[in-house]
Amino acid sequence: MNALVNFTKIFKFNGGVHPPENKAQSTQLPIGQLPLPEKLVLPLRQHVGNMPKIKVSVGNKVLKGQLLAEAEGAVSAAIHAPTSGTVTAIEDAIIPHPSGLPDRCITITPDGKDAWMKRQPQDWRNADRKTLVASLRLSGIVGLGGATFPTHIKLRADGKSDVHTLIINAAECEPYITCDDMLMRERADEIVKGIEIAQYLLGAKKVLIGIEDNKPEAAAAMQAATANTAMQVIIVPTLYPSGDARRLVHLVLGTEIPHDKRSTEVGLQVFNVATVVALRRYFELGEPSLNRIVSMTGNVNQPQNFEVLFGTPLPHLVKAAGGAKPDTTHYIMGGPMMGFDLPDEMVPITKAANCIIAASPTLFEPPPPAMPCIRCARCADACPVNLQPQELYWFAKSDNFEKANDYKLFDCIECGACSYVCPSNIPLVQYYRYAKSEIIAIDKAHEAADLARERNDFRLARIEREKLERAQKHAERAQAAKTEATPETNSHTDAGDAQKSAKQAAITAAIERAKAAKAAAGIAPKNIADAGENVKKEIAEIDARRQAVGIEKPAIDKDKQAKIAAAIERAKAAKAAAAAAKQNTEKKD
Amino acid sequence: MNRSPYISDAPSVGTMMLKVLLALVPGIIAYVWVFGGGILVTLTLATTTALLAEAIMLKLRKRPIQPFLSDFSAVITAWLLALAIPPLAPWWLIVVGTLFAIVVAKQLYGGLGYNPFNPAMIGYAVLLISFPAIMTKWPAALELAQTKLGFVDQLQFIFGGLLPQDVKLDAVTSATPLDYLKTQLTLHHDLASIKQAPLFGTLGGKGGEYVTIAYLLGGLYLWQQKIISWHLPTAFLASLALVSGVFWLVNPAHFASPLFHLFSGASMLCAFFIITDPVSGPTTPKGKLWFATGVALITYLVRVYGGYPDGVAFAVIFMNICVPLIDAGTQPRVFGHKK
Repeated sequence: MNALVNFTKIFKFNGGVHPPENKAQSTQLPIGQLPLPEKLVLPLRQHVGNMPKIKVSVGNKVLKGQLLAEAEGAVSAAIHAPTSGTVTAIEDAIIPHPSGLPDRCITITPDGKDAWMKRQPQDWRNADRKTLVASLRLSGIVGLGGATFPTHIKLRADGKSDVHTLIINAAECEPYITCDDMLMRERADEIVKGIEIAQYLLGAKKVLIGIEDNKPEAAAAMQAATANTAMQVIIVPTLYPSGDARRLVHLVLGTEIPHDKRSTEVGLQVFNVATVVALRRYFELGEPSLNRIVSMTGNVNQPQNFEVLFGTPLPHLVKAAGGAKPDTTHYIMGGPMMGFDLPDEMVPITKAANCIIAASPTLFEPPPPAMPCIRCARCADACPVNLQPQELYWFAKSDNFEKANDYKLFDCIECGACSYVCPSNIPLVQYYRYAKSEIIAIDKAHEAADLARERNDFRLARIEREKLERAQKHAERAQAAKTEATPETNSHTDAGDAQKSAKQAAITAAIERAKAAKAAAGIAPKNIADAGENVKKEIAEIDARRQAVGIEKPAIDKDKQAKIAAAIERAKAAKAAAAAAKQNTEKKD
Repeated sequence: MNRSPYISDAPSVGTMMLKVLLALVPGIIAYVWVFGGGILVTLTLATTTALLAEAIMLKLRKRPIQPFLSDFSAVITAWLLALAIPPLAPWWLIVVGTLFAIVVAKQLYGGLGYNPFNPAMIGYAVLLISFPAIMTKWPAALELAQTKLGFVDQLQFIFGGLLPQDVKLDAVTSATPLDYLKTQLTLHHDLASIKQAPLFGTLGGKGGEYVTIAYLLGGLYLWQQKIISWHLPTAFLASLALVSGVFWLVNPAHFASPLFHLFSGASMLCAFFIITDPVSGPTTPKGKLWFATGVALITYLVRVYGGYPDGVAFAVIFMNICVPLIDAGTQPRVFGHKK
């Protein structure tokens, strides 16, 4: 490996690990192209956020690049036809998601012509930023580092702060994954063009490109491509998880983005290299997001990176990589530190698929049985967020969610460094995922309960008010009957005023009562007995949910672990992505 | 299904514990050289008792036996206790102590990973309180003893309490340097004259100081192997040196030097092998510093003012109680959070 000269100060984060890189296998060959598959299955949800709205129906002929589904709601991304052909199905199919649950997909049968729709490149240098960013909503571009957060939202000028520095995440810290490496080696010029666009859209003055020192060819290519620009390539030491956005920002700038803030709030934005290439293709070539580079590696005969159309069935890709070796058991999407088992071989490649690893028992040995935690704190030494994983484990295991929150469970980025160094082989990250999903579920239940109480208070207030109004009317009628003889004109206004003020008083009184009731209810949880009940209720709810998915409390038992993980994934799949959106915004991309 | 990470790089618990045992070997060799082979008998007795007790308890608790016996944690407890008690004590002493350590202090609390107290120190404290006379009767270093006991003699003494004919108990035992120092000081002798006794070596007690140096070497090996971090030993030794240094500077005629304290009694064993028990110790770096400092201060106070010659066991047990508090109070700043 060439020694890379680095003149910039690097700001280290706590811990980190250095697993065997296993990147050389998939960098022997250039980025390959695949023949058109027989069908393309496009999940509608390939991004974080809302399901896009379908704009085609079965039987429609579509051209390459044609909009199939448009972004719906604030956080959403469009889906386009990766090639020309016919929409042959719109149905639920297995998607590459840890939950293994089917989701809505559009199937396209290619006609083999690969005929483009009319492409409209934009003269972005002379266009208004707002118009450009608004048009991005149609691009289908999402963060290609793995977070898949819709890119138009990350570029939206929210007026809260000005982004002064754009950081390009080219660290690619996970073992096995080389898609960004190969992209930089082969298409550095395109990356630089994309960076220029992102820089223009953000109005950023400074651009820093962070690359781990295990990619000397990529770094050299980027240095050459940026030679005549103000962009700065910064070589960071190979230390997982340097590719986590907040860790990378710290490495290159020494800035710790506060835990409760987004990077844009401190004037920073982070983009992955593949994402800026998608930007360049959209603006300069008029091509929406149709494909990505995927590392097909692991237990295949010829590991290689491929440019893959979204929707391409996995077997098509495996075949291109020389086929899987006989002892292949399943496939992993992502890297060995944060990836997940694909539920089926017949899943399509999506925007999130940076790497597919064919797995075998020799490649990834099944972990030995977990032993009790001996509090050696090796996990704490490895944690890049400086958490105390041994304490979080203890709290998660005993369902002590309040404490887990106190110890900043939600700052955990689930990088897996703690499990990687654990002498007791404890699946720590699974415990954290479990605890997080439980806490989110409890919070949701609380919100729902609060809402219900509020509604009930309003209802009571309304009933009270109506009762008073009725009484008032009766009284007025009675009085009107008595004072029939008196002049109409005067009494009418008087009666009207009286009626109004009486009604007002009644309403105010009712509202006051409602307020008092609400205040009382608000105070109640402070009462120990009441709190005890709440806790009991929570426990009961959790237990009920657990029973519903057929699991018990987490135990060392492997079977149970599997069940927990499955349940968590189901819960994750079910919950709205909005909860995760904030975290994902800056993660990896 | 999400069960990542799929890879790991960690020594197993068993490997870590084996390295600790390995690190004790130089100390044991020095021990045999200085005090004779009797300690090997004690070590064997302790190991056997510990493994048997652990197996029976695991069986009773319906836990898998094999994985927990092969983690070697029981053997460490056994060895630490064996090295802490007088090597010529009767055989049942180490058996009782080990049983208490494994059965009560470890298994009844939930076994590996769940014991709030250092089992070896609990075993030691129980023996010291129950059998103070035996526990303070140490054999003299062989080079000082009027009569040198051979291995067979030591065996007979351990198992039958029998000494060779014409040999009196006083001829083979002596007070430990710490004990002797304490007794002599209460008789208002000054330190310089006390230190003239043949019992004292260059650094600590004659002979004993070699064992101590061997422990130090074993400890450095553990640090080099990243089984222990620098925090605990450094903070312990530095605090002990500091507090004894202050007293010594104020009144060198009455208080022993920092060097003497570092190389006497269980100081080195404590610094590298006892307080480094992860289960009953603190986990945060700052917490480790506080914990070790606490142990050092209490050890010194017991040595100088307490009723026992050495105070390591009580100091460790007391600080074990404080661990939850120490950990809670020394949480490091999480990335992206203010102090």
